[in-house]
Amino acid sequence: MNRRLRWRKFVSAFMLSLTGVCAVVAVSVLFLILSYLVFHGGTSVSWSFFTKLPAPVGEAGGGMANAIVGSAKLLLLAMLIGVPVGFFGAIYLAEFSSSATAFVVRYAADLLNGVPSIVMGIFAYSLAVLPFKHFSTFAGGFALGLMMIPITLRSTEEFLRSVPASLREGAMALGASKWKTIATVIVPSAYRGILTTILLAFARIAGETAPLLFTALGNRFWSSGWSQPTASLPVAIYNYAISPYEDWHRQAWAAGLVLLGLILVINIVARGVLARGISVSRS
Amino acid sequence: MHASVRPAVSVNLPPSGTNAAARESEAALSMRMTISKVNFFYGSKQTLFDISMGIATNKVTALIGPSGCGKSTLLRTLNRMHETVRGARLEGEILLDGKNILGQDVTSLRRRVGMVFQRPNPFPKSIFDNVAYGPRINGSKTPIAECVEKSLRRAALWDEVKDQLHKSAYELSGGQQQRLCIARALAVDPEVLLLDEPCSALDPISTAKIEELLVQLRDLCTIVTVTHNMQQAARVSDFTAFLLIGQLIEFSPTPQLFTMPSDPRTEAYITGRFG
Repeated sequence: MNRRLRWRKFVSAFMLSLTGVCAVVAVSVLFLILSYLVFHGGTSVSWSFFTKLPAPVGEAGGGMANAIVGSAKLLLLAMLIGVPVGFFGAIYLAEFSSSATAFVVRYAADLLNGVPSIVMGIFAYSLAVLPFKHFSTFAGGFALGLMMIPITLRSTEEFLRSVPASLREGAMALGASKWKTIATVIVPSAYRGILTTILLAFARIAGETAPLLFTALGNRFWSSGWSQPTASLPVAIYNYAISPYEDWHRQAWAAGLVLLGLILVINIVARGVLARGISVSRS
Repeated sequence: MHASVRPAVSVNLPPSGTNAAARESEAALSMRMTISKVNFFYGSKQTLFDISMGIATNKVTALIGPSGCGKSTLLRTLNRMHETVRGARLEGEILLDGKNILGQDVTSLRRRVGMVFQRPNPFPKSIFDNVAYGPRINGSKTPIAECVEKSLRRAALWDEVKDQLHKSAYELSGGQQQRLCIARALAVDPEVLLLDEPCSALDPISTAKIEELLVQLRDLCTIVTVTHNMQQAARVSDFTAFLLIGQLIEFSPTPQLFTMPSDPRTEAYITGRFG
């Protein structure tokens, strides 16, 4: 009896440490990346990094202002495509569709989610680059937007479905139409989850390089318009990191740090916004 | 099976009543809703069989019966909430003020026939916005704040919440939440208020408050309540309908049903022999 008790205690302690170690590993990867970025890129992040164009080869200094603005433009376009399509598609799936349709759409979205980002890039290339005969900001935003759709769609649907049926009935019993119920009760009840979803999708595509390689291409100067190629942070990191110049390597680290910082800031701000308002969770 | 459309008022007056009073009482008893020959199906399974009964204006009608007897289903047909369930089918006629509700626009029907559910289901909004929901979506003409105050007073909740109207409805206790849901339903001035076991998730004190409220609300609108608690039906209702496996066994004035049930099954149920 005593032996069995000791064995059980040992198993318990072992499993506890195993799960603990795994949790620590998961977290420490993030902190390792962060500290590595700060260590290598921190010194190169200066005011001119945000305001200046890249310096010509061989000349020290310069910045990535064009890539920062370019990334912002690309992400804006991606959000304009990915958020509405994913959001309204999710409403259809969760509220209107028959279960057979929902199954097909959900399955397709999951497959789309698993399509390698480089394939998304080729698809956008053939649809938004080839017909116009040149690379453009639009094409880049389009490729990123396509990637956002399945992520937004699936998670938004989950959050809409998690709204208790009793709330739906409550609104319907007051004479609200189906759409009124969705717009005034269901979406507001799930908005926290939906916003979180959009943020995650945003963070996921903000660092995508492959779909941009042959859509937005890259640019060492200011992009001259939405229909022209543009620089972006991920592509700049890629180009700088594989270059033979020491100074460029440092700038690539700095760009990585800036990209991560931007995503972090947006996340924190959005969570601050989310913390206000009334939660649907019941205790 | 002798369920009459009208409750047998004339044969069941209090002993003090004279014949003249009996006639007067019967004449005063108008029917807000009339259910006739209602059959209800979930897919191929029939859950209500040939139900006919009247819902008297400005009275409380209680539907009682063991679990699964169809009392909630019957209640939900009265504002067509059954239509939210796929495969639900209703045969028969339900009249509201003489017009069949089945052909009417469902949203305007539900404005006239409000509903309160088994578990309090306030929206994740402030107390004020919960009550204001109905008037807002229906484009009420009276100022919203006025309407909210009136409804909260009617639901006997105003004094408890008047200083915290902008707090989350979830900060209220269960009983308060249920009264908030009643206020929310009252805010659109329904003619009929349906309550589906409104106290089953509440403690005795909150239950007492809701029961008291039902008796008061009778003057404002017609009330139909489902309950599995026979004492509650006896306390709050004017008429009681006893259902068993989808059939209306007996429908009479409450005192009669509980003291002189005419069907042996009713007697067996109210004396606690099953259910």
